[in-house]
Amino acid sequence: MKDVRYIFAIKEALEEEMERDESVFLLGEDVGLAGGSFGASRDLFKKFGPRRVVDTPISEASLTSMAAGAASCGLRPVVEIMFMDFVTCAMDSIVNQIAKMRYMFGNQFSMPIVVRMPEGAGLNAGPQHSQCLEAWFAHVPGLKVVMAANPYDVKGLLKSAIRDDNPVVFIENKTLHAMKGQVPEGADHLIPLGKADVKRQGSDVTVVAVSRLVNEALRAAADLEKEGVSVEVVDLMTVQPWDKEAVFNSVGKTHRLVIAHEATKQFGIGAEVAASVAEEILDELDAPVMRVGAPFVPIHYSLEKVYVPGVEDVKKAVRATLQRA
Amino acid sequence: MGKPSKETMIDFYRRMVRIRRAEEKLMEVFSAGEILGFLHVSIGQEAAPVGVCAHLRDDDYIGTTHRGHGYAIAKGIELKRAMAELFGRRDGYCMGRSGSMHLADLSKGIMGANGIVGGGIPIVAGAGFAAKYKGTDQVAVATFGDGATNQGTFHETLNLASVMNLPVIFLCENNGWAEFSPRPVHAKIENLADRAASYGMPGVIVKNDVIDIYEACGEAVERARKGAGPTLVEVKCDRWYGHYVGDAQKYRGKEKVDEAMAKDCIKEFEARLLKEKILRPADIEKIETDIRSELEEAVNFARQCPYPGPEEMAAGLYV
Ligand SMILES: Cc1ncc(C[n+]2csc(CCOP(=O)(O)OP(=O)(O)O)c2C)c(N)n1
Ligand SMILES: [Mg+2]
Repeated sequence: MKDVRYIFAIKEALEEEMERDESVFLLGEDVGLAGGSFGASRDLFKKFGPRRVVDTPISEASLTSMAAGAASCGLRPVVEIMFMDFVTCAMDSIVNQIAKMRYMFGNQFSMPIVVRMPEGAGLNAGPQHSQCLEAWFAHVPGLKVVMAANPYDVKGLLKSAIRDDNPVVFIENKTLHAMKGQVPEGADHLIPLGKADVKRQGSDVTVVAVSRLVNEALRAAADLEKEGVSVEVVDLMTVQPWDKEAVFNSVGKTHRLVIAHEATKQFGIGAEVAASVAEEILDELDAPVMRVGAPFVPIHYSLEKVYVPGVEDVKKAVRATLQRA
Repeated sequence: MGKPSKETMIDFYRRMVRIRRAEEKLMEVFSAGEILGFLHVSIGQEAAPVGVCAHLRDDDYIGTTHRGHGYAIAKGIELKRAMAELFGRRDGYCMGRSGSMHLADLSKGIMGANGIVGGGIPIVAGAGFAAKYKGTDQVAVATFGDGATNQGTFHETLNLASVMNLPVIFLCENNGWAEFSPRPVHAKIENLADRAASYGMPGVIVKNDVIDIYEACGEAVERARKGAGPTLVEVKCDRWYGHYVGDAQKYRGKEKVDEAMAKDCIKEFEARLLKEKILRPADIEKIETDIRSELEEAVNFARQCPYPGPEEMAAGLYV
């Protein structure tokens, strides 16, 4: 194990998978010469050259569909979208094309493509540079959606995503890029897609979270422990397909559920988790399910701190579930 | 359209200096942490906003980009409230919601900066469409960079505006860079104005000189106003301070940056005006002093404005 930053763990995953498999290549704006806007492909251009680390013009719609075409012909593209907000320019590519090509052409080929993008607030970059849009993609049959909360996970999940024969929307959080953490050395650190990770065991309340909110939930759990509340934190890691079994097991143990994400609460992934629990294991619940998420409003430039959900919101939600016996 | 008068030339000079000093002030307060988020300045590119806006009325439209302060100022945005917006204050033009990247003042036809590269081009064409629909002689100016000409929206909008004969001026500031990619990495052709030919409209190339830009844009605006359709104007300029404030431009090298800075559209114009005795050193001093105090006032205004309260966050989201 060694201590590395999240962004460096991404770089290692890309590098190892490119070494392992000649068909893996990187594509995106400023991924080559500049090494990526956030540094995810630093030095990879030098190492692999312009054939495999491909700088593109600002053309999200076409570069993403081009990757789809290449994937259907046997390559394994890893596309970088600089900010998640800009993926909206490539929605046809991802939703109409990439998600459906295999299915609508009768399973004639697979679509092994990863589209990476950082989401979230934290830079005061305003309404068009701070959004969390994972729920949109989780809603589209044919796509997988993965979100990693720390350097260990991001490396293992990204490597698995690249090896997966399905299209994966791989979502990072900008504020996590600088986060340091232990990451295994060697090329075989893989974390399976579709499996959640119980990041902390607890007996009173389950908090299901993704990405940055996993870390906020862990902080909340540490604080609440001092109040005598035992919180279990379940990191979904893969949002689509999500690990229902892990969530249901945890709720079966704690009988209380909070779901936390940075994305807008309304119609977010928390709604799907809550609805599934209500549909299938309602009797397990001792209290109404609480959700933590951003308010239903675009992200405000100077009120970002008020907007973004964090540790205090998780604590409040946990306490609320405990008040209803 | 005749040659600009002496008074007009002095006015151009003053306007360019005002944009330069305003952005220098922004860099200063940004570095001090008083402005948050991203700051993209257009220092070295002041000629285009002044040259084009000289032809625009308050009821004409302009759309800008992440690098759009110059156009907003040239089109008549009030420095105080613009500064308040960048400071994230309630009295800013956008209620402190937007900062630099979405500065707008519809009362002056400033349709808003855009955080999405290429996102604003069709929106501006929509303003042109509205003018034509209403039968007015208003025009709309879409401004964007070289990098934006690789977005589908650029190509689609030029075609749309051309077949619909819209009163639009497409003004491309080719500063040779799209973030960290130099032009040859993102476009095979050196002259982006060549792209106009595919859409059946004139494509004009001008150097970074306020008079040249004034003249080229004058023709384009006249063409649009009389219903003869859109024009693509390409200004050859340079980006002095990197993509955003704080970009050390290591990928470019100091020599190249120094070379770019040696070609200064303001200094060159100033030298010409001095030589032709249109401007005296004392005039320059007066212009600088006036602008300095105007900017001090704007910053002081912004500093004392309150932040919006949390309860105002969603105000007016729906009508
Ligand atoms: C759709 C989209 N893709 C990428 C970006 C990131 N981005 C912001 S500015 C920029 C470069 C723009 O270059 P250019 O159009 O030449 O304008 P300049 O910055 O030179 O003024 C990029 C890639 C973005 N904001 N929006
Ligand atoms: Mg440019």
